[in-house]
Amino acid sequence: MQTLLELDKLYKTFGHVKAVNGISLSVPAGQVLGFLGPNGAGKSTTMKMVAGFLEPDAGTARICGTDILKDPKKAKASLGYLPEGAPAWGEMTVLGFLKFCASVRGLPDAESAIGKAVERTALQLVLGQSIETLSKGFKRRAGLAQAILHEPDVLVLDEPTDGLDPNQKHQVRQLISDLAKDRAIIISTHILEEVDAVCDRAVIIDKGGVVADGTADELRALLPGRDDATLEEVFHHITTTDAQEDLS
Amino acid sequence: MNSIIAIMSRELKGYFGTPVAWVFLVIFTLMSGVATFYLGNFFARGTADLNSYFSYLPWLFLVFIPAVSMRLWAEERKSGTIELLMTLPVSPLEAVIGKWLAGVIFMGVALIATFPLWASVNYLGNPDNGVIIINYLGSLGMAAVLMAIGAAMSALTRNQVIAFVLSVAVSFVVITSGTPIVLDAVRVVAPQVIVDLVASMSALTHFTYIAQGIVPMASVIYLVSMICFWLFVNVVILSIMKAD
Repeated sequence: MQTLLELDKLYKTFGHVKAVNGISLSVPAGQVLGFLGPNGAGKSTTMKMVAGFLEPDAGTARICGTDILKDPKKAKASLGYLPEGAPAWGEMTVLGFLKFCASVRGLPDAESAIGKAVERTALQLVLGQSIETLSKGFKRRAGLAQAILHEPDVLVLDEPTDGLDPNQKHQVRQLISDLAKDRAIIISTHILEEVDAVCDRAVIIDKGGVVADGTADELRALLPGRDDATLEEVFHHITTTDAQEDLS
Repeated sequence: MNSIIAIMSRELKGYFGTPVAWVFLVIFTLMSGVATFYLGNFFARGTADLNSYFSYLPWLFLVFIPAVSMRLWAEERKSGTIELLMTLPVSPLEAVIGKWLAGVIFMGVALIATFPLWASVNYLGNPDNGVIIINYLGSLGMAAVLMAIGAAMSALTRNQVIAFVLSVAVSFVVITSGTPIVLDAVRVVAPQVIVDLVASMSALTHFTYIAQGIVPMASVIYLVSMICFWLFVNVVILSIMKAD
């Protein structure tokens, strides 16, 4: 499988805090990677560097082979990014927001692209509504719609299901699974059930570094002496200091 | 170019999509009238021209332009939309130019809204309309410089009030750098060559030439280089501080 997203020894320090400490991984086409970790582990910082918002202190990310630092515009053209909290311009209508994103991206057939994204994210009923009046769920779906508008090969979604009700979560996971067929997708999440529901592979990071990488079953096997371990138990075990020392 | 136009259009829609723009335009036009007819002693002077208006305009700009520019980046940073904007395939320079252009066009609309002043002097007498047009163009150039300063200051903070105060302070220095209030202070600590340099940076000095209907090449170069410099400062600030 062709590698569409590659993180190459990413480092980022804020003051004295090493937020990201040499993360390397690659995601091939057709794979959904769950990016897990406790609060402050460096998930969002990593995603911001992949998306070209933050400049790493060292290392780089390549999107479809294009270095995000060397040719950011080309790399961003192949990337769909949903930032944490799905920020959007509140005074704009959903349709105006999507038209703006299509226009900045220079999409040749913006109307058809918007129609497709709206249908996939089920935004038809709120198209004329201003974003500041939307519920959290609709706001997140508007953010998702802009991320998939240009049919990117790589999707980076920071907590895409946060704040959604169970039905909306199901819809978004279904959408991610549908999109994954020929794309590389990274989703960061706190919700461990998401790994079983939608991810082919999960990476757990802690204190800025990768502490586990594998399928859900491979992660469960990391808990010694337990055949029936849940992902929550594994997560707790490998993101505590003592456990990390055991693993090393 | 698509990105610049898209960002500029979005900003302009943002201005006119709220009552703030309309309130701004009405107050700016009213204050222009007050400056022309009341503060400028228009009727006592007995001359049908807009000299009094253009002599007060830099001081109106000092307050009104930072009010327009303060939201340009501070709001994006506060709401987090800067992350969305800067992860679209748009360069920092394109984003900076798009937003600045929107601010300049908005000020252009504000200047056009003062056309009743022009109509009044033409009704009351025979002013030199060529000089008035040159003054309006010069005013737009000055607005463009102050908007570039305001946009750069707005990128420094996520607080719009701080952005406003910083913009007023820097704009004040740029406007008045040719006046005794600044030059006397500089003269105490610097040689004459520096004093002359500071004086040449004054927007007011160049605006005084333009107010007489003269457009020296030095003034055109001044306007263009000041705009380029402050847009560059904006790009640098944005690149360094966007994620803070």
